Amino acid sequence: MDLSSINPVLLLASLMVAATPLLFAALGELIVERAGVLNLGVEGMMITGAVAGFIIAVESGSPALGFLCAAIAGALLSLLFALLTQVFLANQVASGLALTLFGLGLSALLGRDYVGIKPPSTPKLDLGMLADIPFVGRVLFTHDMMVYLALALAVAIWFFLHRTRAGLILRAVGENHDAAHALGYKVVLIRFAAIAFGGACAGVGGAYLSLVRVPQWTEGMTAGIGWIALALVVFASWKPGRVILGAYLFGGVNVLQLNLQAAGAAIPVEYLAMSPYLVTILVLVIMSADRSRAPASLGRPFHASN
Amino acid sequence: MGTPLLTLSGLTKAYPGVVANDDVSFDIQQGEVHALLGENGAGKSTLVKMIYGLVSPDSGKMTLNGAPFVPASPNAARAAGVAMVFQHFSLFDALSVAENVALGMDNPPPQGELATKIRTVSDAYGLPLDPHRTVGDLSAGERQRVEIIRCLLQDPKLLIMDEPTSVLTPQEVEILFKTLRKLSAEGTAILYISHKLEEIRSLCDNATILRLGKKVATCIPAQKTAAELAEMMVGTSLKPPKRAADVSSSEVALHVSGLNLPPAQAFGTSLRDITLTLHKGEVLGIGGVAGNGQDELLAALSGERLCAAEQVRLNGKPVGNLGPTARRRLGLLAAPEERLGHAAVPDMSLTENALLTGVTRQALAKRGWINWAAAKGYAERIIHQFDVRTPGPHVAARALSGGNLQKFVIGREVLQAPHVLVVNQPTWGVDASAAAAIRQALLDLAAEGAAIVCISQDLDELMEISDRFAALNEGRLTQARPAAGLTIEEIGLMMGGAHGMEAAHV
Amino acid sequence: MFKIEKRPIPSAKWNWGAPVVAVLLTMVFGGALFAVLGVNPFLALEKIFYEPLFGEYAFYYRPQLMVKAAPLILIAIGLSLGFRAGIWNIGAEGQYIIGALCGAGLALALYPMELFILLPLMVIAGAIGGALWGLIPAFLKVRFGTNEILVSLMLVYVAEQLLASMALGLMKNPEGMGFPGSRNLQQYPSAHNAEIISGTGMHWGVVAALIAVIFAYIVLSRHMFGFSLRMSGMAPRAAKFAGVNPTRMVLICMAISGSLAGMAGLFEIAGPAGQVSIDFNVGYGFTAIIVAFLGRLNPIGILLAGVLMALTYIGGEITQSQMGLPLAAIQVFQGMLLFFLLAMDLLTNYRFRPTAKEAA
Repeated sequence: MDLSSINPVLLLASLMVAATPLLFAALGELIVERAGVLNLGVEGMMITGAVAGFIIAVESGSPALGFLCAAIAGALLSLLFALLTQVFLANQVASGLALTLFGLGLSALLGRDYVGIKPPSTPKLDLGMLADIPFVGRVLFTHDMMVYLALALAVAIWFFLHRTRAGLILRAVGENHDAAHALGYKVVLIRFAAIAFGGACAGVGGAYLSLVRVPQWTEGMTAGIGWIALALVVFASWKPGRVILGAYLFGGVNVLQLNLQAAGAAIPVEYLAMSPYLVTILVLVIMSADRSRAPASLGRPFHASN
Repeated sequence: MGTPLLTLSGLTKAYPGVVANDDVSFDIQQGEVHALLGENGAGKSTLVKMIYGLVSPDSGKMTLNGAPFVPASPNAARAAGVAMVFQHFSLFDALSVAENVALGMDNPPPQGELATKIRTVSDAYGLPLDPHRTVGDLSAGERQRVEIIRCLLQDPKLLIMDEPTSVLTPQEVEILFKTLRKLSAEGTAILYISHKLEEIRSLCDNATILRLGKKVATCIPAQKTAAELAEMMVGTSLKPPKRAADVSSSEVALHVSGLNLPPAQAFGTSLRDITLTLHKGEVLGIGGVAGNGQDELLAALSGERLCAAEQVRLNGKPVGNLGPTARRRLGLLAAPEERLGHAAVPDMSLTENALLTGVTRQALAKRGWINWAAAKGYAERIIHQFDVRTPGPHVAARALSGGNLQKFVIGREVLQAPHVLVVNQPTWGVDASAAAAIRQALLDLAAEGAAIVCISQDLDELMEISDRFAALNEGRLTQARPAAGLTIEEIGLMMGGAHGMEAAHV
Repeated sequence: MFKIEKRPIPSAKWNWGAPVVAVLLTMVFGGALFAVLGVNPFLALEKIFYEPLFGEYAFYYRPQLMVKAAPLILIAIGLSLGFRAGIWNIGAEGQYIIGALCGAGLALALYPMELFILLPLMVIAGAIGGALWGLIPAFLKVRFGTNEILVSLMLVYVAEQLLASMALGLMKNPEGMGFPGSRNLQQYPSAHNAEIISGTGMHWGVVAALIAVIFAYIVLSRHMFGFSLRMSGMAPRAAKFAGVNPTRMVLICMAISGSLAGMAGLFEIAGPAGQVSIDFNVGYGFTAIIVAFLGRLNPIGILLAGVLMALTYIGGEITQSQMGLPLAAIQVFQGMLLFFLLAMDLLTNYRFRPTAKEAA
């Protein structure tokens, strides 16, 4: 194997790209779970976003429009979940699984005619001088808009949760929905909004896969990233800052194993390819010792009795 | 007197199968402390939910300061000057005191400013609070202070308090009353919900009594005796439970020594060095404010939580390391506080719920194979002997009223002829006649020689049935003392006294 | 306006009515989807639901139905036990793969020895393999409190990579002229899970599925284990109070569902599939989740739901080949079915009441 073929600058730069879809999806799910809802449909919403964004971008030639429509598609799909769990009071675990199975089927159906096409490329953000800084410039400042948007979203979510009244109400609903209801907050409405936001984020994350990271459409291309995003929220103890850390860690593992594959490492390809999933399990094991930060109403159904 | 602050006229609210409020009318004046008295299920909470905008009445009218009052939501009620201190369900454990207060206000100031305000107001009313502490770490009394402060910061014209003293020691109750009298003197009206007659007689100017959703009377409680009030509330006069002659022997049935247990979940209580001795035929009452280790003590005795074998001895035999089934086989039975989801499975039938704890001692299964006919027979026996009102044993537990399900749960354990029975809050949320039946059943069981641990937050109940009394405070159990002759003062001190609280600065 | 209120007792009528309504609604909306895709919906639905059972070529499709339904039922029975206890094993696909690999590995290691107990030994190996794979998330859950949903799912991806590695490496057919995939077990008589009665589709996996249905039914309704399991799912605290050990319950449920999935994988690889290859698994482990819910976590219901779901698979192939309906449309159809089912569940535990409106 030839380790010298791995360029650390490119490695770190592509790490930021690899982490971005995860970051979007995990941040969206973080808001959903902070509101006390467990939506296991991230994978389904991501792949729907991936195909919707891809189709629109190809048809319109505009990646920006693609991302927008991916967000809308993800949000629409998530509203199905919201309807099931918040209005029809269906089991959240089962409904999330249903969403994933449905999303995988739907995306395969929609994307039939788009396999093997190249999408319009998403332009890199021109950061002028910054990109010319040796090493750091290449790693940090040569990316497209969405990479920075994901980071900005993490900061915005932190600000929202801890510095705004709406964020406080969202956390309150996730902590104790009965109390929130008794104080007059519209639990179901707030959760609908949170779920839709989570869906939109997952959709954008999916579109980033099909428009930038890969970039093309293949059936089932999310390959478990939605599930890793779910694990990431646990890893992050429901804190936006730690979601960034986690996403970059997973992005790093993934980029590294791909690089090792390319460099012809002595380890068989399949074992390298399973490493992100094994790392996810490992991280879950380490982080699950402390469950105390989980929102107290997470996954519990809410039905106002009167 | 002028215009009443709040008038209710002809308020009616029906739920499927039950009329919660039927044509209820009364007035509350400015600065008045008005009691709303009634049994569980009399319709008190539905009535206050209508005033607080959580429920809208089917018919009837309210006016506030002479203007029509139709609150569409709690926010609207708060904006109109109505505030409410809930008995349960309105605090967020993982959030800070200041955040909890902010959530109950419509236009809270920024957190820094709010924290200062909380300190000022809480000191003025003798309810000291640190705005930055996490609510989950507070005691029950402190949590109530958070709720009260939350209301006071909005300068309410009417403060609704739902069973506020159920989580307080007698000393804390005195301090609360001082705060409430101060508020009333400042012109705030208080609607005070309770079923504790002596409290109402000492605190309230007027009392409205509800029974089965209807108003029975409005009276001045100080002019009535507690017995008269009770009779109006319950509809008949209730006899106190009969006690057989003291049968307790010197033979030890249950011995717990040096038991320590860490909390099972976040914001739980640890048990610290619990030691108790229980004799055959004796009822040991264990008092204490909610959240001081009651659930944990029951779990340690029932076998849900395990400890070292010698720390719990049943008839001399070490059982601390045995699970619930093994302890049941030896005659140590329990009935937890939470009926739905702990003592019984809400969605299972009564037959299945009879099987739940009855399987071992009633031999309802053979090598694991269930004898459903026998289980049904056992359920029917409980229903019959404990007068459980239900169409039959096929009915799901959650379809029963609180009192009926509690009779079923207690009956299920009593009929298994336990050597030791541990009950937690045996009459919580139960109507008076069911409560009386349950207490009588416990006394009868003791009279047959069984030993009983009764954990309860109802001091009247404990004084009525206990031979000896001990109290739980922050996971520690006091030495047990003979119940006869204990004063309320002494009991309060055993429960932890005023927990460092001070009276309002009048 | 209507108001949703909880029924005092779950409705027995709707418990069975809900899946029927869900199937009907899926037919309506699925038909609409087919129409959008330019396919005559009535013809498509007839080809999915009627033709495989009673059509001209039913003699060909009926055995296929058994072959497809058996693994779905076998896996779904295992999953339903866990779901009832509140243990969410959604990694059956991985347990299915590992079961197949263990059983096939045993056969390939002994090849070409003819041994009459080889197939039973393979079944045991498959069951053990699946159980061990299922016990990983179970152990991590009871020891570290990790979420079994995420771990069992991650292990699906790991198992898929293992499968690829085996098909391309260790288990590759040495006489396969470099093509990926193992020896074909159909050509190894001792290891072949052949049809018991030729032309019926009835192989040992079908027998195992039927036994599992009966066994699960009896245990759930008559045995304390089934009772404990139901309690654990409905009210975990009450179960603990009754004396159920939650740790043991997690381990047992995951071991059972893992071993049934592993057995399903073994029966498939030793029979209809024949060899270890990259595309051996086709998502039975995930579809079985739909089957479990559609069957209301009830063994008899699962039996019916398994057949119904197998019908959509076969019908999907027919509509694809005869009408050009994309296979993904069937996947959407199955997803819809689960959605409607979950929504209709409401009718079992809640009822609608008109709210009094005269005041407004």
